[in-house]
Parts: sequence; C-alpha cells; structure tokens
Amino acid sequence: MPKPEHYVAPFDENEMAEVDKVKLNEKPSNLWSDAWRSLRRRPLFYISLVTVLIIVLMALFPTLFTSVSPTDNCQLANSNGGPTEGHPMGFTRQGCDVYARVVWGARTSLAVGLLATAISGVVGIIMGAFAGFYGGWVDSVLSRLGDIFFSIPYILAAVVVMSVLADYRSVWTLAFAIGGFAWASLARILRSEILRVKSGDFVMASIATGRTPFRTLVSHVLPNSITPVIVYLTLSLGGAIVAEATLSFLGVGLPTSVMSWGNDISAAQTSLRTAPMTLIWPSIFLTVTVLAFITLGELVRDALDPKARARG
Amino acid sequence: MLMYVVRRLLQAVPVVIGTTFLIYFMVFAMPGDPILAMFGDKTPNQATYDALAAQYHLDQPFIVQYGLYMKDLFSGNLGTTFSGQSVGEVLARTFPVTLKLAAMAIALEFSMAVILGLFAGLRKGKLFDNITLVIGLIMLSVPIFVLGFLAQYFVAIKWGWASPTVGSDTSLANMWLPAVVLALSLFTTSMRLMRGTVIDTRSRDFVRTAYAKGLPGRRVIPVHVLRNSLIPVVTNSAANFGVLMVGATVTEGIFNVPGVGNTLYQAIIRGEGPTVVSFVTVMVLAYVVINILVDLLYAVLDPRIRYA
Repeated sequence: MPKPEHYVAPFDENEMAEVDKVKLNEKPSNLWSDAWRSLRRRPLFYISLVTVLIIVLMALFPTLFTSVSPTDNCQLANSNGGPTEGHPMGFTRQGCDVYARVVWGARTSLAVGLLATAISGVVGIIMGAFAGFYGGWVDSVLSRLGDIFFSIPYILAAVVVMSVLADYRSVWTLAFAIGGFAWASLARILRSEILRVKSGDFVMASIATGRTPFRTLVSHVLPNSITPVIVYLTLSLGGAIVAEATLSFLGVGLPTSVMSWGNDISAAQTSLRTAPMTLIWPSIFLTVTVLAFITLGELVRDALDPKARARG
Repeated sequence: MLMYVVRRLLQAVPVVIGTTFLIYFMVFAMPGDPILAMFGDKTPNQATYDALAAQYHLDQPFIVQYGLYMKDLFSGNLGTTFSGQSVGEVLARTFPVTLKLAAMAIALEFSMAVILGLFAGLRKGKLFDNITLVIGLIMLSVPIFVLGFLAQYFVAIKWGWASPTVGSDTSLANMWLPAVVLALSLFTTSMRLMRGTVIDTRSRDFVRTAYAKGLPGRRVIPVHVLRNSLIPVVTNSAANFGVLMVGATVTEGIFNVPGVGNTLYQAIIRGEGPTVVSFVTVMVLAYVVINILVDLLYAVLDPRIRYA
C-alpha cells in the first residue's frame, strides 16, 4: 500500500544565502556604530542634544545671551517687577534682572553637576573595577565599604558635610560633598559588569601573553565593561544638578552671594504669593536642563542595549 | 528562610557600624572645634557647649568617643536638640505624622506606578506609552522643592483646592497635597520598571500557554501578567526610600507638616548642627532597617532569593 506523501516545504536557498553572506564592501559594525545609527533616527536625541549645547554655551559665554548685568544696576524700585522692554522675565525681589541671573546661573549649576559627577565617576570606577576584577578579600573590603556609602542617601550625607563645612562653602566643597557619597551605585553596576566580562577568553589570552593583571584590567576589561558606566554617568549628571539646587535651597549649598538656580529659587520662595514668576523661571531652566541630560541618558541606554533596540 | 533572615541581619551589622562611624567621623574628626563648627557663624552659650561636649565625650580619644556615642545610641539616648528637648521625645511626637505622610505617598505612588506601567507596557510604542514616558521623565527632572512650590502656588493658593500649609491638623484630608507631591516625585522609576517587566512577562511561555488554553485577556492580564511583574516594583520601593526621606524633608518643610522631615528641615535652615547630625543618623538607621525589611519581603515573594 502506498504511503501518503509527506509535505516538505521548499528550501528557500536564496533567503538563507542572503543572511549568511558577509558584506565585504560595508564597514564592520560594532556596538558604538550601531548605537549611533539608532540614535540618529530619534528626533528626541536632537532636541535634548541641542538643549544641552545651548546650556553649555550659556555656561561658557553668558554674554552671548544677555548684555544685562545680573548683579549691577539692581534697583529696589524694580523689586518683583513684571517684564518690561529689555527685561523679558521681570525682576527679582532685589530688583535684579531675572533673565540675566538665570543665564549667569547656568555656569554654577553645570560646574557643580559636572565636578560632582566626575568625582563620583572616578571613585566609583576605581572601587567597582578593583572589587570586580581582583575578587577575594579586595572585593569583600571594597564591597562592604560600598554597602556603607550605599546606605546613606547622598543628599543627607551632603547636608551633614556642608553643615560642618559652613565656613568653606564653595563649588568645590559642594561637588566633593555630593560626588563623595554618590559613587556606591556606580561601583555596584561596574563590579557586576566586570564579573561578567572577566571570564572571557580575551582576558585569559591577555594574561597568558604576559600582561600584568592590572594592565589587563585597564586595557581590556574596563573598555569592555564601560557601557553601563557611561549611561549611569549621563543620568547622574542630572541628579547632581538637582542635588546642588536642593542643597542650595536648604541653605547648606553655595553661599547666597554665588549665582545659581538653586539659590535663586530659594531666594524667590518668600515672594511666591506676589511674584511667582521669579521662582518659576529659574525652575524652568533647571528642569529643562535636567530633563535634557536624563533624556539623553535614557536614549543612549536604549541605543547601547541591543535587547532594548529589538524591543523597540 | 531562617538562615536567610540570620544572614541578612548579620550583613547589616557592619553597615550600621560603618554608617554611624562615617557620620560621626565627618563631624568630629574634622580639624578645629567640632562643636563650634556645628554652629556655623553662631556661638553657643557655655552651658550648651558643655552639655554637647559631655554628650559627645570630647575629653576622650576619638575612638573612645565613638564607642561611648554608640552605647548611648543603642540605649535609646539619641542626644538633645538645639532647644534642649531630647531627640527621642521629638521623634515620638513627629514620627507618626511622617509615617502617615509616607504611607499615603507610597500607596499613591505604588498604585500609579503599577496601573500606568501596566497599561504603558501593554500598549508599548502607542500614544499612551509615549505620554506616560514624557510625563514620567518630566517628573523625574523636576526637583521636589520646585514641584512643592508649584503645587502650593497653583493648587493651594491660586485655585484654593487645598490648604497651603498643613500645620497641626494632620488628617488625611489636610495632608493630601504634600502626599501627592511626594508620590509624583517617586513614581517614575517604579513605573518604568513596571512597564519593562510587563513587556518581558508578556512574551513568556506561560502567558502564551494561558492564551492558548483559551483564557480571555481580562483573566490573563491581571492573574498571569500583573502578578508576575510586581516583584521588581516592590524591591524598587526600597531604593525609593532614600529619595522619599530627602523628599519628605523638603516637602514637610514647604507645607509645614509637623513631622521628622520638617524638624530636620528647620534645623538645617537655622544651622543647628547637633540636631541635624542626630536626625540624619536616625534617618540613616531607619533606611538600613527598611532595606532589611524589603529584602525579607522580597525573599517571601520570590523563593529563588532565599535559597540562593
């Protein structure tokens, strides 16, 4: 008795050949070029990048944006005045031009944010890299140390530091107070990433060719585990700017003579009922800046994570 | 489970010692007179100075000072505030208020995060998802004190929907605005986490099986997808407590809620160093305890953790 024929799907030779073909005329793709290609397609990326560039320009060359002095020519006659010709955002309680103060304040906020992020980045990378790569008692000691710093919300720690350093308040001490306590999460992230990377064959090959473990760490392991660090640092830049503003608002940040968004918001709170815009304008600049950095960080994270890219 | 509890408690011992030592070190190992430094530009009177010197055992070597300080801390003597009240008494009066505010904020934050995150995950890439993403990012970027002032100005002063300051009446109806402000400052990370987990869970085999059995979406989504996506959100609430403490300090200050945060806020504003140090220590210890509790809760929810 003849058996019924089995159906066999036709073998699609062409399609498979297309998948397997090595395209020699195209540039080899790597993580960064893939990420860049996916970033280039997101309109949000350009919006946040342009915002960040404007803020950086404002911090470097405030005179490009305003010719009005933020501190001189403050007249109490203008106290809490509304917008007039040449003063689009009105006047503060002291009669200073709000727009000029906001423009000049960008420098301080950005400087504290960048410095604090750099400090927490350096400490976090050293702690996380050594703990993850060397393991053993180094890991135990550094990780327990990290646990301790992780258990103190860094703004509270900075409040204590800045209360004690009342006579030495400056951009630098504030950056150290924020950055010196914000590194623990970064160290944890990098440590687990290094644990994942260091079992790779290229690490063993590097050690087998006679490179010292430390040089292997610096030249092979770190570059291969730096992606989450970059994402984290972009995101925490926004956090550091908020921390500066919060501490200044609490009165333990920068001295009131320093122009910063946090100080301006703090000074404007007494006029909240009569002249809310003196509080709202610096708040808008602060929020937009932080928003731009956080959005940039989120987009870079998505672009660098192939899984997220596939999820769309 | 018992082994896990014991191990987790033992892990907390070095953290408690380390955090208190770090705070103590920052204040008392600085060059110069630590008590004068704590008062900033003010000068304490001799009686206050002597009381503080005795309280912190300044005549002893540093490490003995710290040991005696720890002994005091664990026997419940948390020091005295600037105005001479014992910190323990002030805590007993203010803590219930903060607890109430925090509970309101967390309940609100959790339901917002779960509901919005669930629907954003189910409608991935659609309009609703994008709207919640943008709102979430804005809420993440607005510093809590700005959010507080805006809420106070618009909701309370301009529209008159709530009282601008809470004062002594700490009923739920009077405290809803600061609770909403706190919740808004917290919910983004939980919501994004919920969204991501929902997207992951939805593509799991057991969800496909549930649909394949013919179960309708109104059963699969709440029972199979929602319940299996909740664990990361619960754990994230532990990390959120750090944000919550800073947030409570600022929010209670702005809305004049008579809680622990407001006490700390007033002490910071007035430059009363000793009170600041005592209250930050108490908050950090509370944070450690909460982290342990959340870890234990996590182990109850997820058996893989306790057998790891």
